[in-house]
Amino acid sequence: MNEKYSRQELFAPIGKSGQEQIRRLKVLIMGAGALGSASAEMLVRAGVRKLTIVDRDMIEWSNLHRQQLYTEQDVIDRLPKAISAQNRLVAINSDVAVTGIVMDVSATNVEELIKGHDLVVDGTDNMEIRLLMNDATRKAGIPFFMGACVGSYGVTFPIGVKQNQPCLHCLIETLPSHMMTCDTAGVISPVVVTTAARQVAAVLKYKTGEVTPKLQSVDLWTEEHASIDVSSFKKVDCPSCSSMATYPFLQLGAATRTAVLCGRDTVQLTFPPTRQFELAEVAVAIEGKVTELKHNDYVTVCLFQDHRIVFFRDGRLLVHGTKDVTVARKLTAALLG
Amino acid sequence: MTLKIVEVNGVTREVPEDVQSVDHLLKHLGIAERILIVELNRTILEKNAYDQPIHNRDQIEIIHFVGGG
Repeated sequence: MNEKYSRQELFAPIGKSGQEQIRRLKVLIMGAGALGSASAEMLVRAGVRKLTIVDRDMIEWSNLHRQQLYTEQDVIDRLPKAISAQNRLVAINSDVAVTGIVMDVSATNVEELIKGHDLVVDGTDNMEIRLLMNDATRKAGIPFFMGACVGSYGVTFPIGVKQNQPCLHCLIETLPSHMMTCDTAGVISPVVVTTAARQVAAVLKYKTGEVTPKLQSVDLWTEEHASIDVSSFKKVDCPSCSSMATYPFLQLGAATRTAVLCGRDTVQLTFPPTRQFELAEVAVAIEGKVTELKHNDYVTVCLFQDHRIVFFRDGRLLVHGTKDVTVARKLTAALLG
Repeated sequence: MTLKIVEVNGVTREVPEDVQSVDHLLKHLGIAERILIVELNRTILEKNAYDQPIHNRDQIEIIHFVGGG
């Protein structure tokens, strides 16, 4: 008999019946960075049925201190996070149907993406995408286990786990233009693991018992912690979760087509859906203009005017070494003609 | 300068006596500009109630949202 889940079944609040519930679970993890890596590993080991992990980015040296699924070889091989995550997760537990998707999630594709999943776990790195996921999961009627962290501080909030609880939009009425992200502050791995642990514990409790929809925070450095019952903040006219919801973040469409990526000097440019990159052809086309040209099944990478540029098949490219969208556009135009 | 003792997120802190309200406290802690949820003595505060006075030995819970992950 397979003992794989025996210690989890021996944990009385889960038991054999709880494990059967977990074995039926279809999970989407949004983002394969620090939080996404940690929660994906826990959920795959816990034995969910299906796990989809989505990410738009490549693995960088600066990720390795906290993104537990990745190794130095992944950086050298220039692998997208979603591909390397899938490889590692399949090796951890072959019971789970793991799919890694290299994709930039936006209002135009999020609803299709979450179909066929029972819940979504937050591994994103900015509030704008969290509000998009909040809208998409409210509309689909499935829970969203929010988590965020920076420095030594983490915050979690399970959304849609109880009737009439507030959603993220109820708590955050307006999004300020500047939000502290890992661009401006560092982060330590213990708080990543702590935050992901709370998210995953909530997922396991959701399937086998009852989750209290509390907003919680922890600071591992100052040893502060807080837990607030936010149920009175439910807005009866919330545009994202009330009976008159219009899901404003799903209406944004393709408005944000450029983005400065979290944590470093990188701009992402996205071409219209009609334009996909045939990576081998791109490599031939730019060969004379660039140095350090490499391509694999997932990306074409080169160095152009001291900027590293990465092409993805889905019509996106990353321009490293700048936070200026105009600079990135000019470099791209000069390169692609 | 006299100090006021308050408990913020489970940690006892001394703050200057002139920190009179929740608003003042948030400024004193350097987090007034963040997206916040505040609880004063186990009662959650609406955003328009941050002018509430704080007293010695008050318990305050503050959770701010961050971007990273």
